[in-house]
Amino acid sequence: MAQPLVGKIQYDRVKGKPVKKPGRDALEQSYVVEFVKGMGITMRHFFKNTKSMFRGERPDAVKDPTSEGITTLAYPEQKKVYPKRFRGVHRLTHRADGSPRCVACLCCSTACPAQCIYIEAGEYPDGNARRGYERYPVKFVIDELRCIFCGYCVEACPCDAIRMDTGRHPVPYDSREQFIYGKDMLMSLADVDGKQLAENPRHEPPDPDHPGIDRLHGAH
Amino acid sequence: MRPEFVSLIASIVKIAIVLGFALQAAALLTWLERRQSAMMQDRLGPHRADIKVGGKKFTLAGLLHPIADSIKLIWKQDFVPPNADKLLHGLAPILSLFPPLVLMGVIPMADTLCLQSIHERGWFAEVPRYGTCAAASTIKMLPPISGQIVDINVGILYVFGLAGMGIVGATLAGWSSDNKFSLLGGLRAASQLVSYEVAMGLSIVGCMMVYGTLRLDEAARWQGENVWGIFAQPFGFLLFLTAAIAETKRTPFDLPEGESEIVAGYLVEYSGFKFGMFYTGEYLELAVSSALIVALYLGGFNVPFLHRDGITLSLGGDVLWHKGLPHLVVILIQVLTFFGKVSLLCWWQIFIRWTLPRFRYDQLMKLGWRMLLPACLVNIFLTGIALLAFDRAGVGIHETFQSLGDVLNWFVLLFMLLFPLWIGFGLLTPSRFLSRRDEVRARRSLPAAAEPAEAHVH
Repeated sequence: MAQPLVGKIQYDRVKGKPVKKPGRDALEQSYVVEFVKGMGITMRHFFKNTKSMFRGERPDAVKDPTSEGITTLAYPEQKKVYPKRFRGVHRLTHRADGSPRCVACLCCSTACPAQCIYIEAGEYPDGNARRGYERYPVKFVIDELRCIFCGYCVEACPCDAIRMDTGRHPVPYDSREQFIYGKDMLMSLADVDGKQLAENPRHEPPDPDHPGIDRLHGAH
Repeated sequence: MRPEFVSLIASIVKIAIVLGFALQAAALLTWLERRQSAMMQDRLGPHRADIKVGGKKFTLAGLLHPIADSIKLIWKQDFVPPNADKLLHGLAPILSLFPPLVLMGVIPMADTLCLQSIHERGWFAEVPRYGTCAAASTIKMLPPISGQIVDINVGILYVFGLAGMGIVGATLAGWSSDNKFSLLGGLRAASQLVSYEVAMGLSIVGCMMVYGTLRLDEAARWQGENVWGIFAQPFGFLLFLTAAIAETKRTPFDLPEGESEIVAGYLVEYSGFKFGMFYTGEYLELAVSSALIVALYLGGFNVPFLHRDGITLSLGGDVLWHKGLPHLVVILIQVLTFFGKVSLLCWWQIFIRWTLPRFRYDQLMKLGWRMLLPACLVNIFLTGIALLAFDRAGVGIHETFQSLGDVLNWFVLLFMLLFPLWIGFGLLTPSRFLSRRDEVRARRSLPAAAEPAEAHVH
């Protein structure tokens, strides 16, 4: 379009459309027309939503939450579907025989920026096949209240022993002590599918299902 | 029975009805406001408070939330700021709650109940259309029971006097809280309420000129005989509606309790049941202002063509159909109509609240003094001219206006009958599309409900 005239100054190369100023006639200033249009919009929403609610035709709040109409989630009966990498409460993964995969290397507690993980390492007792080869956590305590859910502990762990895929939030408790999760609690949690193992098998030479080391299979 | 005792018992019954209606309305209106605003905003309102009866939980669509709110407000700590004026701090909620409760006393719920006719001729007696009920002149006669609690002959002026007391309540609340924001809110409340009280009073004058009386039951009767006030005084209706919404301090005039600006305005230092009294007072004012608008402009307790003797459908002086109805049935229909209209108007006012944005303070004052007040004066002027012209006009003009009134009454009657049918029809028929996805797919001619591939799972 031609150079727009704004005020008394002509501006070259001004982009955009000039905004229409509201009229000063009595009808527009009395706001009645806009009022009626606004009431029309709200009434339309009201009647449509009331009808859909009465007839049970509300859109599914979980599957299409962005559609028109009432899409309120009835939490906790309905929950939003979280992405696969959602970081929830931690859990300790199991080996095939039920013992924790954790070898108490203290990588996670070192990596944690909030310093919320406390681990006490202990030796396997005499006679155990893993003695001298691995250690195990005697105490593994996470203070979920201090945790910032960054996921560094999961990234730092070399054994895929700690994961944050439970998909749970730390529920509201009555006191700070209830947020401190011990090893038993952490091992009792499962991921969203209910599994407590990890997909990648952990084979160490002392494990009975270790296929053995040879030139072709140096590590498992 | 002596007529005085009958009048006394009737008054007690009427007070019970009105108090029951008013206090229940205040509680239910909180629920309605939250639910209706949610429906307008594409969300659900309160719907989870439930009650266990015999092991099963009933939520009653959230109607128990007002009860939960009341229980919470009763048990909450009643905090009075340390340097506050304790007497005024405690007095302000009372002064705010009291006027709306007593205002209902002059608003007529029905026509005069002629007990003597019922006593003489049985429960299904009919009463003639014109003429008043015989007053109880001897001890053996039962007195006529009027439709409102109090028979004041100044009628509407009682309303304005009490509205002034409400102003004092808001101002005292702002002053006595020892808080600058609260004081700001109280001052805003005082100036706003005074300005709109002026406009409210003047907008009624046009009505009073047309009806020829200050009493609200006479006004309702005039509307039943002629035409509803909204047609006789359309401009006055808009002015009074605006002024009434401003008097109840609701959006778009809710600066005194501007929720996003000065936290709660003059209510900020109130907690517990004192806040509950303010809160109840606000919703009571909503119900009472609706009742006032109904009585003055929407025909009060009248259904068009329903008179004391029954239904008389007429058009321009010719009676089309007449059906006599018993007096008690007519009174019952009138009471139900009154409360139905009040509920509808409350619904409408809640709509207005949740549609319009708030006025700025200077815009509010300018509207009150520089726009509404001159408009009211113009309304009075034009009404006066119209009345003078009408009085001097010939019989032909009178009959034309009578026919016009009948036509308008027909429109109103059809609207009153068809609106519930339309609502019912709308609720019972299936809607065309379930969700926007289906609508978009239907436009693109794709199958409607496919399993969504994009919804993620673990």
